[in-house]
Amino acid sequence: MIFCQTRDGALSEVGLELLTKGRRLAAETGGELEALIIGGRTAHLAEEAFRYGAAKVFCAEDERLKDYLTLPYVRIAKHVVEAEQPDIFLAGATSVGRDMAPRLAAELGCGLTADCTALELGDCSYRGNEYKGVLKCIRPSFVANQLTTIISPSTRPQMATIREGVMAKEPLGKPVQGKCIMVDTTALLKKEDFAVSIIEKTARERGVDLKSAKVIVAGGYGMGSAENFEVLFRLAEMLGGEVGATRAAIDAGYVGGYERMIGQTGITVRPKLYIACGISGQVQHTVGMDKSACIISINCDADAPIHRIADYAIVGDAVKTVEHMIALIKNNRR
Amino acid sequence: MKGLKIAVLVKQVTDTRETVEATVGADGTIDRNALPAICNPDDLNALEQALRIKDRIDGSQVILISMGPQRAEEVLRDGIYRGADEGILLSDRRFAGADTMATSYALAMAARRISPDLILAGRQSIDGDTAHVGPQTALWLGWPQVTYAEQVTPCEDGSIEIRRVSDDETEVVRTTLPAVVTVGGSGAAECRPSNVRRILEYKKQPVTVWTADDLGGDTSRYGLGGSPTQVVESRTIVAGHKDTEWVASDENSLSEFVARLVESHIVE
Repeated sequence: MIFCQTRDGALSEVGLELLTKGRRLAAETGGELEALIIGGRTAHLAEEAFRYGAAKVFCAEDERLKDYLTLPYVRIAKHVVEAEQPDIFLAGATSVGRDMAPRLAAELGCGLTADCTALELGDCSYRGNEYKGVLKCIRPSFVANQLTTIISPSTRPQMATIREGVMAKEPLGKPVQGKCIMVDTTALLKKEDFAVSIIEKTARERGVDLKSAKVIVAGGYGMGSAENFEVLFRLAEMLGGEVGATRAAIDAGYVGGYERMIGQTGITVRPKLYIACGISGQVQHTVGMDKSACIISINCDADAPIHRIADYAIVGDAVKTVEHMIALIKNNRR
Repeated sequence: MKGLKIAVLVKQVTDTRETVEATVGADGTIDRNALPAICNPDDLNALEQALRIKDRIDGSQVILISMGPQRAEEVLRDGIYRGADEGILLSDRRFAGADTMATSYALAMAARRISPDLILAGRQSIDGDTAHVGPQTALWLGWPQVTYAEQVTPCEDGSIEIRRVSDDETEVVRTTLPAVVTVGGSGAAECRPSNVRRILEYKKQPVTVWTADDLGGDTSRYGLGGSPTQVVESRTIVAGHKDTEWVASDENSLSEFVARLVESHIVE
């Protein structure tokens, strides 16, 4: 079962990505794909879920659910999960999914793996036990450059939140003839589910749009200072791109704004060109950019792991090299 | 306004942000012992919000709760030096191997003993990065939760107002108490530093340690046994699936390289 978050009255991208992945997992097991949609008006969104292969779509619609609220959303999800007993429950690792899934998991007594970048079905042996056909949830671990596989073999559903943008979304040529099932929210929701109320809501300025940038010039801790970061802005501007950064660079104050953060706790990007400057290449960062079409790494340390995933690796001072490149590109354009 | 009893959940973590070349082994793994142990950054943001409430409303009390080995008392002491009233360490072999579910259960049982009006926690830890513990603690207690908070303000009517950020919006929400609120992010105020007078005053005061026996509850929910998730494999990523072309950084090589980038339309 996929929890499909809505955004501006439509299914969110990550919901469609997860439906696509869920469809493949269901095909592997001979199972069925189900979707759960909660919001102000949702019935009309079932069609979209059918296009991605959902055989059953549970729609909860209620004016009070127009905006995401933890308690009523968890109440509804729990109700549908308990009735349907899916083997797997997936949600996007968005601010909504990351708020809702842990509470739902504890409510159901189920294991949850956060921020996965890959999912696989397979057999597993662990501490002398053999588990058949369990969901292997793969996520970068806190120990740099490690991928950790986590299973929840004894509880159902096996739950995971998945990063936005890591799974490809592919609609079917022909939608499935699915069933849309309306959830009776009036009967289900209680007064205490509305203990939290939204007083005010303002869209956040999305000044930086890394997701749709074709070129990203990113800097890491190795850039050394905010002044040195300026050169990255110049190169990005010249190439019609955006500036991204690692968490370490942002934490160090070299560049403002977490909206520029690429990696495990930031965003995942797939630009045409990614220029990594002064970035060592810890997995927390590389999971967010390793699918870029072309990667150029610039780092004075020849052993920096970033060089190994780059198409072109330059061992050299990042600031000097970038300045040099700016001048050279100017010349080439003349 | 009546003073609030606030519990702040804190965790001792390895400061992976300080990862420098010297701490990374040849296989790409970090030597955790070479890195400092600190209080999780988001937890300090949560503590600051608690201390601001204490500054504002007389009779408020800030109690830190942490789960971990004995040395995790360092973060409790650090929090007390910054202004918290007391610290409670949940330490017991029976808590070992806990995932977020078992951890949040123990924290919730400890909170139940203290019966605070409000629990503040960091949004997520820099080592686990799951952001599970806050919401799961709220569930065990049956309290509402608000995550991704930047600022927490008590209201006259006994509720609290919270400024929070989601992926697309900034929201102001209000919740009844008791509640669990997780704090963090770039918009949350930094925690005040340790106070020298407090260091001298509390240096020798022992922190309270509670074991599973002190917490009661369903003991099968503690530690490894209460953890539905299992880490089955941790694999070092050996990058190198690409045929990396090495480019020298001297004038000529760079010039030739940039010309090629432009020619092949990689750079336009």
